[in-house]
Amino acid sequence: MTMTASMTGSAPVSQANEPRGPRPKPFFTPKKIMIYSTLIFFSLYFLFPLYVMVATSFKTMPEIRFGSIFALPNQINFDSWVRAWSTACTGLTCNGLAPGFWNSVKITVPSTIVSIFIAAINGYALVNWRFKGSELFFAVLIFGSFIPYQVMLYPLVMITRELGIFGKLEAVILIHTIFGMPILTLLFRNYFASLPQELFKAARVDGAGFWRIFFEIMLPMSLPIFVVALILQITGIWNDFLFGAVFAGTHNQPMTVQLNNIVNSAQGTPEYNVNMAATVLTGLVPLIVYFVSGKLFVRGVAAGAVKG
Amino acid sequence: MKKFAVVAAMATAFLGSTSAYAVDLEVTHWWTSAGEAAAVAEFAKVFEAETGNKWVDSALAGSGTGANPVIISRIIGGNPMGATMMNTGRDAEELIQAGLMRDLTDIVADLDIDSFYVDQDLLEPCRYEGGLYCLPVNIHSWDWLWLSAAAYEKIGQPVPTNWDEYVASWPALQEAGILPFGLASGWPINGIPGVLMAGIGGSDLVLKINRDKDPEAVRSPEFRKVAEALDALRKVTSPETMVPSFGDVGNQLLEGTAAGNIHGDWLAGDLQIAGGVPGEDYECLPGLGFGTQLTGGGDSFYFPKLPEGTDQAVLDAQAQLARILISPEAQLNFNMVKGSMPIRTDIDLSGANACMKKAIDLLGNGLLPSGDFSLSSDTQQQLQDLDLEFFADESITVDDYIERRAEIVAQAD
Amino acid sequence: MADIAVRTGEGAQTVSRPNFLKKTFLKNLPAKIAALPMIATVLVVFIGCTIWTIYYSFTNSKLLPTGKFVGFEQYERLFTANRWNVSVSNLITYGIMSLVLTLALGFLLAVLMDQKIRFESAFRTIMLYPFALSFIVTGLVWQWIMNPTLGIQGAIRSLGWESFTFDWISNPRMVLFALLIAGLWQGVGFCMVLMLAGLRGVDEEIWKAARVDGIPTWRTYLFIVLPMMRGVLITAVVLIGSGIVRLYDLVVALTNGGPGISSEVPAKYVVNYMFSGGNIGQALAAATMMLITVLIIVLPWAYLEFGGKGKRA
Repeated sequence: MTMTASMTGSAPVSQANEPRGPRPKPFFTPKKIMIYSTLIFFSLYFLFPLYVMVATSFKTMPEIRFGSIFALPNQINFDSWVRAWSTACTGLTCNGLAPGFWNSVKITVPSTIVSIFIAAINGYALVNWRFKGSELFFAVLIFGSFIPYQVMLYPLVMITRELGIFGKLEAVILIHTIFGMPILTLLFRNYFASLPQELFKAARVDGAGFWRIFFEIMLPMSLPIFVVALILQITGIWNDFLFGAVFAGTHNQPMTVQLNNIVNSAQGTPEYNVNMAATVLTGLVPLIVYFVSGKLFVRGVAAGAVKG
Repeated sequence: MKKFAVVAAMATAFLGSTSAYAVDLEVTHWWTSAGEAAAVAEFAKVFEAETGNKWVDSALAGSGTGANPVIISRIIGGNPMGATMMNTGRDAEELIQAGLMRDLTDIVADLDIDSFYVDQDLLEPCRYEGGLYCLPVNIHSWDWLWLSAAAYEKIGQPVPTNWDEYVASWPALQEAGILPFGLASGWPINGIPGVLMAGIGGSDLVLKINRDKDPEAVRSPEFRKVAEALDALRKVTSPETMVPSFGDVGNQLLEGTAAGNIHGDWLAGDLQIAGGVPGEDYECLPGLGFGTQLTGGGDSFYFPKLPEGTDQAVLDAQAQLARILISPEAQLNFNMVKGSMPIRTDIDLSGANACMKKAIDLLGNGLLPSGDFSLSSDTQQQLQDLDLEFFADESITVDDYIERRAEIVAQAD
Repeated sequence: MADIAVRTGEGAQTVSRPNFLKKTFLKNLPAKIAALPMIATVLVVFIGCTIWTIYYSFTNSKLLPTGKFVGFEQYERLFTANRWNVSVSNLITYGIMSLVLTLALGFLLAVLMDQKIRFESAFRTIMLYPFALSFIVTGLVWQWIMNPTLGIQGAIRSLGWESFTFDWISNPRMVLFALLIAGLWQGVGFCMVLMLAGLRGVDEEIWKAARVDGIPTWRTYLFIVLPMMRGVLITAVVLIGSGIVRLYDLVVALTNGGPGISSEVPAKYVVNYMFSGGNIGQALAAATMMLITVLIIVLPWAYLEFGGKGKRA
């Protein structure tokens, strides 16, 4: 907090540099134009693929083949959405993405809850109940987040087989808990470290134990970071392909597996409109989660990630 | 003979005992293209009609990235499917050796499969220590040069009848703005060197390299011709003109925007679905128009050992499916749609299209061992990496290519 | 794997001195019990699997981990494999570009967003939504946008600009930039949100002091505020870095390693040789090299972060 002093030069006070001033200013200053044009430029970059996905999904195949990628659809045509949702084929089964949607829900809900709960306890223990080696465990955990998942596939199949849960929902919950642990624990640890320690100490003096402090003091203060964790896990688990396909079992194949089948099948004539509709449909749940929780998410990130 | 009778009785008992109630049998495969899915539906139809059981279809797109990890980990993880398709060859040899596959010897004992399998070599990868662990269901061959009638009509030349004529037509095609060689990005390149090797290099070269793993054969003048052909091909193709999937190349051929393509016979299935007629819309030349033998590969079905305590009815369903897959009816229906050759000699193929008939004629000369048969997956992957690199990077000379290929063959297993 | 866990359990029990036991084992017992899932994950999964990986990289295992010990044979082959070397150099090139650009653009956008602009939440939503989409989706849509015939190039050429070229995805020299465009699209928004949170977390007093001293805004951001955002930067680098090392899905969906092998990456080498290639030994040798690289990068940071005691706020 003292570094500003050393930066102090003898430069004269300049009136032009007053970026954070609260005073209202005229809208069209050169600076504003630059700021907004840069932001708009980047917004176009971010929005263009979404536009392409949605516009294409409403087009007919001839429109796609002979028209421009920029063009709006001639008319709004929901056929490919209906096909993607309910009749697109995966091998012999032609039920579209719909069954996969419910399987993904079945996988995502418990995996999200379990992984966040465990990571929250980890973070809490790491900050408030340090024990010998706890920081070392945490360091290895962070290291673990760099290991490519695919490398672990083999041993994890063996572990879940020995536990007798391979091919069941429990296995996929376990796997998501394991792989969500590094980053979630990091977030919770940082967040709990940013909370005033006095509260914790006061509770200790009152004789409250590990779990009581966790449930009665820590949890109620943790809404923002829970939102961040929820978003990370819902999107991560929803978008997962490999673990769902391998561990979840035959009856629980997630939506991404069907998406992969629809878009990667070497069909004689690839139906780009159906592919795009399927893509948007699969991405819809994480997207909605983002749009709904925008503000809270930023607050959570701010609270959790800033303090290191 | 006595043993035979017992087995036969058991087999009939299998079939009889399950009619009481139907079970689900999960089948995994990566047949997800339009033609492939239509073909696998034929198997499912026969299976469901004859046994009353349900074929639960688990298709996974993408053999290497999508399906393979899932199939292998599920078998290892103890959650095996009722049956799975894999390429005929050595991909599953370790799963067999580890005892993870069901021995089918007794199940098919009364069928006398030796008497009707087109080529005993097909069954070779399935045999291990006296047991039989898989059943090839079709013969696929890469050795086809597909030519577009529309493209040659445009330049006013007759459709070539062999590789040399085809190469000679390239300048005229390019002048007319037609792609001499249509190609899909990714794995379709992998089959091309083998086809050139069999067609241009001849059967002896294939045997020396694939079976004997002789690196000197790779350095021979015969193989140099093959490498030069590959070099010529990479010069008329570019990543920019590549299409996403082999089915798209089929469309290019039918439209006449590309003149030729080397691809396996399963392309016929997609050409058929797109409405192409062999001999009219496209021409097919086995062995590049030179060869007298096809290199054979194909697809096989494996029946993983199911965990202890599995319902006997499911085990019976496995056995029933095994028998049905190689039955004349299923073989005929399936292969007609798939564009592959049946593994049985005793079925009437008068309904086969012109291309398949050519293939059947060549089958009489025996099959050449394809890379799938004689090389481990590891060696195949290395060769594939090399071919992809050579094809895309013209700074790699023919000499470099030959030398690097020879090194891989020298260490092949 | 299970025997590692068992052995650890035994280890804890064999400590016989009661005082020592009480001190190290019973102290904070509820916390230790609560942290058991983490401890088990670290020991069994991360450490256990790493040992497993390293062990089998010295064997000639094929499809199943059953092979014999062969010393450094797999590594010798790995280092001479052209595809591996290309993969490594691709990852380095891509990784540096991606890390630098993600951080730089994330910071730049965060600074712009910090200028009391209107529609802040709209801009933020627009920049962040790609993060919600999977790499498969990202790869797919960009593959299509960059497709020379159907995508931007085709569309602009059909407008009359015949010589317009945007063929990065099919150009071996440019394909890494194609990958970068898609990767940045997916990741910059999240980095921006992190940075913005960091900026907002900086004490208002600092700004006042900087203004009083007459330091230009951009200098304040770069030389005063940025160094204060250490926590955010660490989180961002861990997130971006782990994503880069594991880069796989995006490559498979966008280029599948092509044209030729020009966009291959190490993780894809590992997966290909593990499953399609059926050579676990080779795949795990490659995986071990990846682990060592990560260790070299992460260790200095871990030392800084955990080595100095009581340094954290």
